[in-house]
Amino acid sequence: MQDIQYAAPKTIDEAVALVAGANGSGRILAGGTDLLVQMRSGMLSPGLIVDVKKIGELTRISEEGGGFVIGAAVSGAQIGEHARLPKAWPGVVEAINLIGSKQIQGRASAGGNLCNASPAADSVPALIAAGAIVVVQGPKGRREMPVEKFHAGPGRSNLTPGEIVVGLKLPPRAAGSADAYLRLIPRTEMDIAVVGCGVSLTLQNGKCTAARVGLGAVAPTPLLVEEAGKALVGTTLDEAALGKAAAACRAACKPIDDKRGTIAYRTKIAGVLLQRAAKIAADRAKG
Amino acid sequence: MGEHRYKWIGTRPNRPDGADKVTGRARFGADFNMPGQLVGKVLRSPHAHAIIKSIDVSKAAALPGVKAIVTSKDFPEQPNQIVSAGEMLVNLRDITRNVMAREKALYDGHAVAAVAATTEAIAKEALGLIKVDYQVLPHVIDVEAAMKDDAPILHDHIRTEGVEPKPTKPSNIAKRIAFAKGDIEAGFKKAELVVERTFHTAPVHQGYIEPHAVLASAAEDGQVQVWCTTQGQFTVRGFCSRLLNLETSHIRVTPSEIGGGFGGKTVVYLEPVAIRLSQKTGKPVKMVMSREEVFRASGPTSGGMVKVRLGATRDGRLVAADCTAALQAGAFPGSPVGQGCMCSFACYDVDHIRVIGYDVVSNRPKVAAYRAPGAPILAWGVESAMDILAQELGIDPIDLRLKNAAKKGTKTHYGPTFNTIGFEECLQAAKNSDHWKSPLKPGFARGIAAGFWFNIGGDSSAAAHVGEDGTVTIISGNPDIGGSRASLAMMAAEELGIDYTKVRPIVADTSSIGFNFLTGGSRVTFATGLAVVEAARDVVRELKKRAAKIWEVEPDAVVWENGEAKPASTNVGQQEPLSLAKLAAMAGKTGGPINGHGQLNAQGAGPGFGVHIVDLKVDRDTGIVVVDRFTAVQDVGTAVHPSYVEGQLQGGAVQGIGWAVNEEYIYSAKGKLENPGFLDYRMPVASDLPRIETILVEVANPMHPYGVRGVGEVPIVPPMAAIGNAVARATGVRMLDLPMSPPRLSAAMDAARPKMAAE
Ligand SMILES: Cc1cc2nc3c(=O)[nH]c(=O)nc-3n(C[C@H](O)[C@H](O)[C@H](O)COP(=O)(O)OP(=O)(O)OC[C@H]3O[C@@H](n4cnc5c(N)ncnc54)[C@H](O)[C@@H]3O)c2cc1C
Repeated sequence: MQDIQYAAPKTIDEAVALVAGANGSGRILAGGTDLLVQMRSGMLSPGLIVDVKKIGELTRISEEGGGFVIGAAVSGAQIGEHARLPKAWPGVVEAINLIGSKQIQGRASAGGNLCNASPAADSVPALIAAGAIVVVQGPKGRREMPVEKFHAGPGRSNLTPGEIVVGLKLPPRAAGSADAYLRLIPRTEMDIAVVGCGVSLTLQNGKCTAARVGLGAVAPTPLLVEEAGKALVGTTLDEAALGKAAAACRAACKPIDDKRGTIAYRTKIAGVLLQRAAKIAADRAKG
Repeated sequence: MGEHRYKWIGTRPNRPDGADKVTGRARFGADFNMPGQLVGKVLRSPHAHAIIKSIDVSKAAALPGVKAIVTSKDFPEQPNQIVSAGEMLVNLRDITRNVMAREKALYDGHAVAAVAATTEAIAKEALGLIKVDYQVLPHVIDVEAAMKDDAPILHDHIRTEGVEPKPTKPSNIAKRIAFAKGDIEAGFKKAELVVERTFHTAPVHQGYIEPHAVLASAAEDGQVQVWCTTQGQFTVRGFCSRLLNLETSHIRVTPSEIGGGFGGKTVVYLEPVAIRLSQKTGKPVKMVMSREEVFRASGPTSGGMVKVRLGATRDGRLVAADCTAALQAGAFPGSPVGQGCMCSFACYDVDHIRVIGYDVVSNRPKVAAYRAPGAPILAWGVESAMDILAQELGIDPIDLRLKNAAKKGTKTHYGPTFNTIGFEECLQAAKNSDHWKSPLKPGFARGIAAGFWFNIGGDSSAAAHVGEDGTVTIISGNPDIGGSRASLAMMAAEELGIDYTKVRPIVADTSSIGFNFLTGGSRVTFATGLAVVEAARDVVRELKKRAAKIWEVEPDAVVWENGEAKPASTNVGQQEPLSLAKLAAMAGKTGGPINGHGQLNAQGAGPGFGVHIVDLKVDRDTGIVVVDRFTAVQDVGTAVHPSYVEGQLQGGAVQGIGWAVNEEYIYSAKGKLENPGFLDYRMPVASDLPRIETILVEVANPMHPYGVRGVGEVPIVPPMAAIGNAVARATGVRMLDLPMSPPRLSAAMDAARPKMAAE
């Protein structure tokens, strides 16, 4: 039996030093809705738990030049209740708010959802569509990377030893922009996405001038589907354009057959969700 | 309601166990603790099928804090002998092997050893130190694969029973059974239309919220006490007595409050192991299963294959009904194929019926009872086929059933002739319901299906103890799963003529009340209810005797009315009535304590019938089924406490909806269960469901003083077919296999699309 140490530092530097000094046995604790479940099931047995919920920068939402920075440990509930964020990024917020239930929302963070690195994590396709940037700090200082570059495989990120996620930057929004996230689960809640799809787009005079599409649960990591975005840009989002984007989503899928869905089903649903999410985002963009 | 006028029966008072349950005071299986107790943990097979060549426990035994380890060597061999357990039959030879694997591990999760240690962490560590040398064998999961000639054989001693000549080779088909009425081929000759399809269902777990849990304490003098969550403390006592060679009177089993059972807590898993560990250590041993263990090692109900052939005339009269069913038993024989076959066509009055069933073993956990065991599997086939028939004949599905409904005097294909039953009444009530008469919302479709279950009676004992203040304790021995304490107390209050609040019902341990067969088969309110009525009547007899003594008259000169002894006539004299409270206060002077007893083998359980109606829509692109409205109609005999009767109907319907649309066991190629948790074993969540509406039809059971019929099982029989029938009407696609999960339904719709476009 190994004892577990617990630390709750007040600064990022301390947190980084603790994790870096733990020889790989250190784990960040945000909401704990993944970490504690994995510890209880015996999947993980960390020697040191570093709780980051006492660190100011990780637990607030700040606004910078029209964009937002969501601290890595901010809970879903706080995000949903923010005065301006849900209006600016309805798709990102609905994705984060889909995680678990009311109880889970009081704890679960976007940073945790990202770092847990599940291919089916709900917030990630929406963050990819949004063009969000991950802010990372480690023993060698700060760096930034797009969300779609963050994952290395199921359960694995591109963080280097000692690095932690500080926050997620959402860029300023052009007029006529909106986003949406949809997931397919066989039940109505308390389930894991069989497919998740985020769409962010900008409409000017009825024409789509920018679009990004993120897909989850269809490959070892969440995907940015550039071809799908391209298929939408320059169109009025007519059926033909949506059909082309859906085909691009299907083509991007590299799913597996598992207890949550079949290859055929996941591939089909990626296209279905793209069309539905794009329509919702467009309706929102039109206001 | 009929001519009966009751004071309590048919009302909705609070349940006696309600306050404790909502405040958290109620004690469930894992809430019992004793000073000095050890923690017991089970080592489980990671293989679906493997010979256990040896088990080396030396390293684990040497770990500080480990107090005892048991393997199959610690349990005596048992005879190849069948005993009843709830509605299921179990073989002692098999059950000791299910509790602890002997020669072979037969499924992923099969117990192979157990440890008692001072802490949970040490016990878990010790499990990792036990070395089991397995020789992995080819395995078989599915029922039809297990029936094939070249399938891996689970048990070398099994020769298919019920076939002539007696087979010489071992088989996974443990038994063939057959029922017949009339002449099936002659029946089909009269048919103007024949419908034939083959259906499948997936095995499903009972999904009780509370995992199996036990605390056992074996004392130096051989006395054993057990606290556990179970549907039958007497069943636990019986099994443990046989499996451990203990006298029944030396085992005292106290049932906890129960967090659901649905049939799954009618057998033993942990109890004999905890007792053995306690005997070896001299300390109390507590064992609690994890959810994963519940899924991997405790009984689901069978999955099965059902081939149905119906023959009818153009005007909708069934002339022949034929079906063949094969049900998974799990690792040991004993699926509910018999009950399922008996239920198959029980709803219908058909002259020519043939039903054949196969009981098949495969490398999955041994099945346990689950609400109306077997019946839902057969009903999925039969009620779907009835709907196809209705569609092909262009007849309203309720009218088709009314035309063929079983009624009083109908002779069933399995033997008995029905006494008073309420199937036609249920169909009429469904037809007259607001639901059936309401127009469908655009995009929605409606399905109906019917269901049948026998309900059982059996052995029950009860006592009624009168306190010195005139309140009464009702003592019986059935764990209260669906509100039975309230119903028993209401019947006692009715008999005694006193207030419901003056009657306190309790569930006693095995040493404090006579034998009660377990809570199952929808028997408690009927059978134990009869014992309670008898105990209350025994008290009334005694009360009349005491009044007679006080008045110095013969006991039959006294009548009992509204809770008081009164002179039978003016001839007896002008006596002031004596209330129960007054007689109780004077008991010491009139002959001592006043108690009553009832003990019986209840016969005449009234069979139950139900009809379910569902409105749903199907998302064409995703295959997701959205249930919008659901009504469960059922003949409930007499609803003693209507709220709890409605609760049974609602719960059964919800479990049936889960069975229909999502629940299934997913196995890897190696035979490992991939979804042993509620995240991926998808039972419905509250937001998936509409409020389940209920219509209680009351056709009194003539064999019970208050007309009680069991109500707990019928409601899980119709929902799957009701949903399948609605799905067929919504999409034009007839689903033959359960679950109708989004990927399957979506694939079926896609496959049908070109065909439908061409038509
Ligand atoms: C009942 C239930 C339902 C759920 N439903 C969903 C759902 O619908 N959709 C979904 O996507 N997920 C779901 N989850 C999973 C989980 O809730 C989410 O992934 C959640 O967002 C995790 O956030 P957290 O703050 O709790 O993370 P934690 O558990 O605290 O952390 C998760 C992982 O990330 C690491 N980590 C956390 N923060 C950082 C950081 N700043 N830097 C580096 N590493 C970090 C941790 O060490 C850990 O490995 C559910 C979980 C439960 C228990």
